[in-house]
Amino acid sequence: MKIAVCVSHVPDTETKVKVGSDGKTIDPSGVNYVVNPYDEFAVEEALKIREKDGGEVVALSLGGDANKETLRKALAMGADKAVLLKDDSERDSFAVAKGIAEYLKSYEPDLVLVGKQSIDYDNLQVGGLVAEFLGIPSVSVAVKLEIADGKLKAEREIEGAHEHVEASLPCVIAAQRGLNDPRYPSLKGIMQAKKKPIEEVDAAKAESRVKVLGMKKPPEKQPGKIVGEGVDAVPELVRLLREEAKVI
Amino acid sequence: MSVTILAIAEQRNGEIKKTSFETIRKAREIADELGGSLKALVIGNTINDAAKELGNYGAEQVVVVNDEKLTHYSTTGYTKVVSEIVKKENTGILFLSATALGKDLAPCVAARVDGAVAADCTELKVDDGDIVATRPVFAGKALIDVKVEAPVKIFTLRPNVFAAGEPSGSEASIEEQSVDISGDDLKTKVTEITETSKGKLDVTEADIIVSGGRGLKSPDNFYLVEELADVLGAAVGASRAVVDAGWRPHDEQVGQTGKTVSPALYIALGISGAVQHLAGMSSSKYIVAVNKDKDAPIFQVADYGIVGDALEVVPALKEELTKALGK
Repeated sequence: MKIAVCVSHVPDTETKVKVGSDGKTIDPSGVNYVVNPYDEFAVEEALKIREKDGGEVVALSLGGDANKETLRKALAMGADKAVLLKDDSERDSFAVAKGIAEYLKSYEPDLVLVGKQSIDYDNLQVGGLVAEFLGIPSVSVAVKLEIADGKLKAEREIEGAHEHVEASLPCVIAAQRGLNDPRYPSLKGIMQAKKKPIEEVDAAKAESRVKVLGMKKPPEKQPGKIVGEGVDAVPELVRLLREEAKVI
Repeated sequence: MSVTILAIAEQRNGEIKKTSFETIRKAREIADELGGSLKALVIGNTINDAAKELGNYGAEQVVVVNDEKLTHYSTTGYTKVVSEIVKKENTGILFLSATALGKDLAPCVAARVDGAVAADCTELKVDDGDIVATRPVFAGKALIDVKVEAPVKIFTLRPNVFAAGEPSGSEASIEEQSVDISGDDLKTKVTEITETSKGKLDVTEADIIVSGGRGLKSPDNFYLVEELADVLGAAVGASRAVVDAGWRPHDEQVGQTGKTVSPALYIALGISGAVQHLAGMSSSKYIVAVNKDKDAPIFQVADYGIVGDALEVVPALKEELTKALGK
């Protein structure tokens, strides 16, 4: 199996977002960047499949030099190769997916794994777009995956249920939390990752289609009132919910 | 040239989802502002009667595609149908709800019809003849205003944000269309659907959420959260800490690496309020927090707080609410 896994480089979940000076993106100062958490499930799944069925895992990331750190993490976890699709500009999901799909057209993977969404722009689009650009099917928000005899079976999380999906290969899978428990890179893996080269290719050009007009902080929520302490405050809380908030 | 908005209404087991009514109502409003028309689209099998209901929310015309092969969702099958109808109706604007189905379908359709998606929008308005969408990013830590520049502009609308309004009592006219579904169109197929919530609401669809965190001290105490949720007809949520600890399933997790929610009422029990949790729930209309630590960050976003041990307060709260609601 030839498996491509796409990883993105995002601010960690502790980040307190400040709007940058351009008024359209976040202020990156003091922000700690990490591998997108959902992409770790994608990498782990790729490695598990390779360990079972053999083959190769190539990690892809589209962006600037900073993304090499995230590619190194994928290598340290166990990916065989890493490719940086170089582009320093801001891209929307459409343009990111175009860049990835163009590269994959020549790589011809049997399986493409992505995280279901990146935790910065929360689009949940790249998997579906890449699949359609390549003319192959996709399964998003996957919490279970089995591949046998050229057939793929997955479970997809929907509201209050799982859809059991059968799909043909090649296929794009967008990983959701629950798919697996991502491994920590071993010390040996980290040492080896330092020596593995990261191939650099200019990302295919593509125009963003969702234009950001401006970024703002959501209205600050005013801290409300402390109704009281312990069980004694309960009757007053219920009264407020009924009479003031009118939500119950 | 006048525009036609196509809005997809979603059915599960032959019933139209509540959030589709919200999407249709908003689509009607935007169509009126643009001086255009609106058509709804429902895909499934023998769903004409359910589709007629959409008249209640502002869709006078509903395109229905009935096919046994479309009874359950299929990414590739539904992508084909929607793309064909978009082309046939020559529509430049497509609305979907940002549900599991809508979020999966929208990008696939975008690629096929030369479109692009503004995902999970929480506000839409018309500015100078074009739609400006507001969407939360970084799980709600910031908002961006966007315009879509593509031949087909696609918007997915976050559930529970837009008002469906009262049903008007009018019935939509149904226009059946057929789309050939064969061979490669069913490269993905749903073979089975298994309920994971035992009939309970999903956090993304609930008007009230009762969430528990570390302050409950043990997974065995989560029955307190469940019982309170039952009294309120609410969904059960959880903090990342208790999901990571294996106390609760991940599909209950609220926050940046879980679900982002905007219910009318969010009750946080024994949750201190990590940045990533607050991001996922602070757009709730009312927030109640119960926590032992009076300095916990959750109180910064809570409308009403009780400083106290959740294990003591929750049973009292359940009793008081049961009385108040006459149950």
